[in-house]
Amino acid sequence: MSTAASPTSSPGAPTSVPSGAARETVLRAEGVTMRFGGLVAVRDVDLSVSEGEIVGLIGPNGAGKTTFFNCLTGLYAPTAGVVTYRGTVLPPVPHKVTQAGVARTFQNIRLFHNMTAMENVQVGGHTRTKVGLFDAVVRTPRFRREEEASVQKARDLLAFVGMPRAAQTVARNLPYGDQRRLEIARALASDPGLLLLDEPTAGMNPQETREAKDLVLRIRDRGLAVVVIEHDMRFIFSLCDRVAVLVQGQKLVEGLPAEVQADERVVAAYLGTPTDDVVDEEALEVEAAEARFAAAHAQPVTRAADTEETQ
Amino acid sequence: MSGTGRERDDANSASVSHTSESAVLTSDAGSATEQHARELTWTQRLDALLVAALGRAGWAVAVVGALLTVVATMLPWTYTAEYPEDLTVYFYPAGPQLYVLVFAVTGLVLLATERIPPLTTLVRRLLPHGVGGTVRALSLGCFVLALAVVVFITGTLGGLVNVDPGGYLAVLGGLIFSAGARTLTSDTVTAIRGRLPDAVEIAVVAVAMLVLLFLIVAGLDIDEQQSFAAYVIFVGFLGLAATRAGAVSWVSGVAGRHYGVTVTAAFLVAFLFPFTQGESNRYLNVMANVLIFAVVAMGLNIVIGLAGLLDLGYIAFLGVGAYVGALLSGSQFSTIDVVPPFPVVLLAGAFAAALFGVVIGVPSIRTRGDYLAIVTLGFGEIFRLTMNNLNGSSGPDVTNGPNGIPDIPHLEFFGWNFGENLNLFGFELGYFANYYFIELVLLAFVVLVFVRSNNSRVGRAWVAIREDETAAAAMGVNTFRLKVSAFVLGASLAGMAGVLKAHLSTSVEPTQFQFLESAFLVAAIVLGGMGTVTGVLLGAVVLRLLPEKLRFLDDKRLLIFGLALIVIMRFRPEGIIPSRRRAAEFHEDEIDEALAHGLSAPGPAGGKA
Repeated sequence: MSTAASPTSSPGAPTSVPSGAARETVLRAEGVTMRFGGLVAVRDVDLSVSEGEIVGLIGPNGAGKTTFFNCLTGLYAPTAGVVTYRGTVLPPVPHKVTQAGVARTFQNIRLFHNMTAMENVQVGGHTRTKVGLFDAVVRTPRFRREEEASVQKARDLLAFVGMPRAAQTVARNLPYGDQRRLEIARALASDPGLLLLDEPTAGMNPQETREAKDLVLRIRDRGLAVVVIEHDMRFIFSLCDRVAVLVQGQKLVEGLPAEVQADERVVAAYLGTPTDDVVDEEALEVEAAEARFAAAHAQPVTRAADTEETQ
Repeated sequence: MSGTGRERDDANSASVSHTSESAVLTSDAGSATEQHARELTWTQRLDALLVAALGRAGWAVAVVGALLTVVATMLPWTYTAEYPEDLTVYFYPAGPQLYVLVFAVTGLVLLATERIPPLTTLVRRLLPHGVGGTVRALSLGCFVLALAVVVFITGTLGGLVNVDPGGYLAVLGGLIFSAGARTLTSDTVTAIRGRLPDAVEIAVVAVAMLVLLFLIVAGLDIDEQQSFAAYVIFVGFLGLAATRAGAVSWVSGVAGRHYGVTVTAAFLVAFLFPFTQGESNRYLNVMANVLIFAVVAMGLNIVIGLAGLLDLGYIAFLGVGAYVGALLSGSQFSTIDVVPPFPVVLLAGAFAAALFGVVIGVPSIRTRGDYLAIVTLGFGEIFRLTMNNLNGSSGPDVTNGPNGIPDIPHLEFFGWNFGENLNLFGFELGYFANYYFIELVLLAFVVLVFVRSNNSRVGRAWVAIREDETAAAAMGVNTFRLKVSAFVLGASLAGMAGVLKAHLSTSVEPTQFQFLESAFLVAAIVLGGMGTVTGVLLGAVVLRLLPEKLRFLDDKRLLIFGLALIVIMRFRPEGIIPSRRRAAEFHEDEIDEALAHGLSAPGPAGGKA
């Protein structure tokens, strides 16, 4: 699929990528910025993902994770920045992004509720099929062939995500966990090279979360690159090869799970900074973290003020 | 659903939530008491009140009410024979009295089975959810029919004095019958799963279709307005009772398993209709107009029912086709002096409408939802006003303006003159049968296009756009292109219908393409059930046929129509025949059953053809 041999390690990519050097870069987002009027939801975010890699995207509520996904998939046209998939620049048009090979799921499940699970998956394969109205009305051999292939593929995918018996069930009648899995099957139907999962385990019980993790690993084993937004830290840190942290629209840290987990700025961004009842030693540490956090934040705050003035 | 405990629980909770939903719809007494008082509808409160008042005597009250009703049908309801069908004779029920008698006696028989043990088990096997719902529908039918007849007598003969005690007794009996019946408990209607041998099931489909034909022909034969109104009420409650008994869902399940047979049978029945009319053109003309309406409604069903684009100016496409048909018809008032053969005109009409569809569609489709409705409404009016003004003084002379193009000759098709009576299998049919048959062919074509495009990649993409446009786009559907294609396909089908309409109504004028016509089309789709074939055809037939028969409502037609819309949208928002979801639930049941019998994974969506 790739046209130009892109350099395997870009300057923006972190040095700590495990075994990434040998793999092709699938997605590269550079300087992605999304502005809604005076609000900057995503500011100058770089992210690159290599083949067969699972990248986690975490951050507090409102950090701009989903907005970033929408910029990648063309639902939003980013105010600035370029998104390339295997060396080709992606236009901000959703169906063309899917055509190119980027598929996604949604944070709040957006299945086609009155269609069956099978039909949902078949719609997912829309860009990989071709027959038009004429073939459909005349029922040409081409139509029959493609329809059969489409049904078979949907059945395989439903089996792959672990719901082989739900094919004829209307999506709205599926249990919650199955709806999440169906969204993944639907996304996989477009034969993507990169899958973007927006909170795939939200609302799941521990058992379902384990199954979801297993599913993501199996998707990776199919050769796909995966980017996961998730609030479940255990899920993220046990699953991902690399984790990026978004805070207030900016990428705060990116690195190996262990590095990110240990980073005080991340802890501070999630938990805030403690104020009282702190033992002296800890207080000192916290102060240091606070200072670093403030330093990290000084820039965006002033910049935001600037943009407000200019507008 | 598999048999593991958790999934089973999920399935149960899903069905429970569905049950409570339908309980609200059908105001089921059984679940009423379990619900919080705040959530009760007024019918449920009424039921609770009746249960409290009558207690265990409900059954007896119902029997007494039904007996009173039976007695009432043996008495005269009015003094003079001026009221149609002569309701003045003792022990000789006629017309509406007969309908009431049928309801009351059927209700009595069903009530009796509740207290005769061997029959109870038999009935339980046939009606697994009990007789309560059916009896309730029948009793309400008795009451409403009796009340309607009393109102008609009052209206027709001038004053309540014309009502004989028999009429009052019937209303009273119906009321008591209803009150008693409402206390009967009944499970929610579930699909009956029993399967019969294929031959028997096909026979069931055939019989159901013939019953349908019989009901329509019998209804058309009734000339008096009041009798026809009573007949409509009778058929309505008969349908309700059959639904409550589960017969409707069973038959539609059977029909779904033999989809091809059902469609063939339906068209065969429609084909037989002219033969019931002899040489009379009266109802053939009406039915020919109904068919045009049905064709256009099916075309709009693609736009609204599948792609979810609320088009309020759809009648304009029929207009384009009609004007093309009129201009190329050889009428002396046509401004074009070319008369191509009919198939060419038909294609020209479709092509012109499709072109118009592209011109309107491309700018309109960029808007969504309400805005699209307003924009299309505007374009519809623009079309009508343009046709009104292409008269030589305010524009080029093309359409003769408000005078339109009258005097359109009958179709000539390979030496087959549509203006002559039709001889078929030794039967002499009125000449409108020509139009009727050719429209039936067109309808079959449109249904074919609808069904086949629905069950294809393009149709799935349309439905996906309707369900969630953003998600559809994110799944790779080129939403703009597909929406335009739905719009244009719908337009070209309406264009073909328009060409036929021009010849059928012999004159084409701008006033035939008012906004109201578009509104009627949308109403037919919404009432019948968006995105379904049977539902929309039923909606179209009901909306066009009833006004023809209920002429006495002429000036109140829109009022009645509006009320009917409100009532249906309140009690059955999914339309008379709901779409996909229900069909899929049938499938789910079949899968459950298959799993219960130890079969392996379900087969493909075979029933869809």
